[in-house]
Amino acid sequence: MAERRTKTIKTDYLARVEGEGAMLVKIRDGHVEDVKLKIYEPPRFFEAFLRGRAFTEAPDITARICGICPVAYQMSAVQAMEQICGVEVGGQLRALRRLLYCGEWIESHALHVFMLHLPDFLGYESAIHMAREHGDLVQRALELKRTGNEVMTVVGGREVHPVNVRVGGFYRAPRRRELETLVERLKGARELALEAVRFTSGLDFPDYGQDYELVALSEPGEYPIERGRIVSNRGLDIAVSEYDRHFVEEHVPWSNALHSRLSERGSYLCGPLARFALNAERLSPLAREAATEAGLDASERNPFRSIVVRSVELVYAADEALRLIAAYEEPDAPAVELEPRPGVGYGCTEAPRGILYHRYELDGEGTILDANIVPPTSQNQRAIEEDLRGVVERSLDVPDDELTLLCEQTIRNYDPCISCATHFLKLDVERS
Amino acid sequence: MSARKPKLAVWKFASCDGCQLSLLDCEEELLALAGEVEIAYFVEASSATVRGPYDLSLVEGSITTPHDAERIRKVRRDSKHLVTIGACATSGGIQALRNFADVKDFLSIVYASPEVVSTLDTSTPISAHVQVDFELQGCPVDKRQLLEVISAFLNGRRPDISSASVCLECKRLGMVCVMVAHGTPCLGPVTHAGCGAICPSYNRGCYGCFGPMETPNTVSMTRQLRVLGMGDRGIQRVFRTFQAGAEAFSAASDSHG
Repeated sequence: MAERRTKTIKTDYLARVEGEGAMLVKIRDGHVEDVKLKIYEPPRFFEAFLRGRAFTEAPDITARICGICPVAYQMSAVQAMEQICGVEVGGQLRALRRLLYCGEWIESHALHVFMLHLPDFLGYESAIHMAREHGDLVQRALELKRTGNEVMTVVGGREVHPVNVRVGGFYRAPRRRELETLVERLKGARELALEAVRFTSGLDFPDYGQDYELVALSEPGEYPIERGRIVSNRGLDIAVSEYDRHFVEEHVPWSNALHSRLSERGSYLCGPLARFALNAERLSPLAREAATEAGLDASERNPFRSIVVRSVELVYAADEALRLIAAYEEPDAPAVELEPRPGVGYGCTEAPRGILYHRYELDGEGTILDANIVPPTSQNQRAIEEDLRGVVERSLDVPDDELTLLCEQTIRNYDPCISCATHFLKLDVERS
Repeated sequence: MSARKPKLAVWKFASCDGCQLSLLDCEEELLALAGEVEIAYFVEASSATVRGPYDLSLVEGSITTPHDAERIRKVRRDSKHLVTIGACATSGGIQALRNFADVKDFLSIVYASPEVVSTLDTSTPISAHVQVDFELQGCPVDKRQLLEVISAFLNGRRPDISSASVCLECKRLGMVCVMVAHGTPCLGPVTHAGCGAICPSYNRGCYGCFGPMETPNTVSMTRQLRVLGMGDRGIQRVFRTFQAGAEAFSAASDSHG
């Protein structure tokens, strides 16, 4: 009688991700029986306690969902509220929002590329361990990250939970000379980002990829950050207000983060790989050239190469920030006047990890009656689990400890933000 | 004499990760710090973990699950010094808004199968569970203050952190008072200093994210907010947001609404 062999590969507390999660892979008789990305980060109930709050409070309150991408929450929230109020925030105020968001992309991407993801490729436990042999590399990474933080500090007041964003615009529009102090540092960051593209494109990547449905925002004439329609490589092309008709959220018992899927087709992927595949031609010439030199094109589907795509987006964010600053003229007023009115509003922007959707319902006084927030990590949970299955199936002969590392790296490809998703993550590999 | 480096640990409970990110945001000092201490446990930044005991534990986040209520006890047992960083760990954080509601209602608003989610009825600060050696305020903490606290504990001294109000910082910076000059409601008079009076420097009233100062006069503050036209509901909201679980703000919010 053949002996049935099962084994479990697991990590109880995934390192170098934002928040608390675990992973479990069960292998029975040489095939993958079960894969779970477990998110046990305790729930914090934002959508519940937003009810009864003033619409003006949403940007500051939702920022607290995530200390790594607070600007993304602020931007999706203000977009939804402004839609309800019937105002459009354009011109230099929109440019300032985009500039603030570029700061967050630089800070968040530099953190993930160098401090959370690169140690996997170079075989270190952390960037601090990596610094012992690659001191210069880590120093330059920290300088890049610092530039993002400086942009957020000048435009937003501080790097974590900026204070300057309000529904309608800002509390104070920065002076031109304040923004000009960022220029030299951003030029340096742009060079560092170009080096990062060259460096990361030379790493060894597992040969892996799936035919994902890729979902990102799309806006004519610009790389998507703070606005756009929601599009995919399989024909999805909808206004943000149509999101609920096409996407559903499900509660699975092993995750405190709701799973999202496209109601008609199932799992999908959002984030840098999707953004790039759907918008590569909208990058700045410099970022586009860097991508081409790195061997990236719109057909890229290897999630391990997302580290190169993030580096290309670092080039873009620095380049775009410089463009916005050069074109900046101090606006007459820091915010557009607005009054609340009853209604439902929708917001969707490109957080560093992918699309972040908000929907609010207000009464006539501007009190929030209902709130729904769908962060990118929730949306990517299924794609992450499918990747784990795919990667393990191709690597069944790999020893357990190596396989565990490979699985963790597979998860980190997505830069999962578990604090966001719960409104997270933990890895178990079981072999039978 | 042993040249052992002190062991630093960073722990996460219910939170947004922003306060531990503040440590990674010390871009200029991070590698120097890593030279002075052994970063023994910091899961967000490193997959290498070293067993305790730890010389200094920084704790982010509040206690919201039965499992975490147990875990913080173990962290305390393994730590020579335990410092809370940020509003969640120090006063329960914004998730302490559940303390004013029925958590079962909250669960059913967010989750389709509430029975599988393990959560407590309240979000409580670390000090409600174990002895805390120092509490650093802020939502998020200020990174310069964070470095001061780490440096102080590693050198066996008390941290030099002012317990005065934001007003004092604002005056020191020579800024025009947004409340007096513009009639903008501002919690600066009752809020713990430390941020550097950021909001007033952006023409905005302080919204209290560093929590109450040492002896806040919330009665007088409330009177002034009323003069500026705020109603009960507005006053309740300003005290009941990021520091809703802090005693002085909680009491001020209870008397309105």
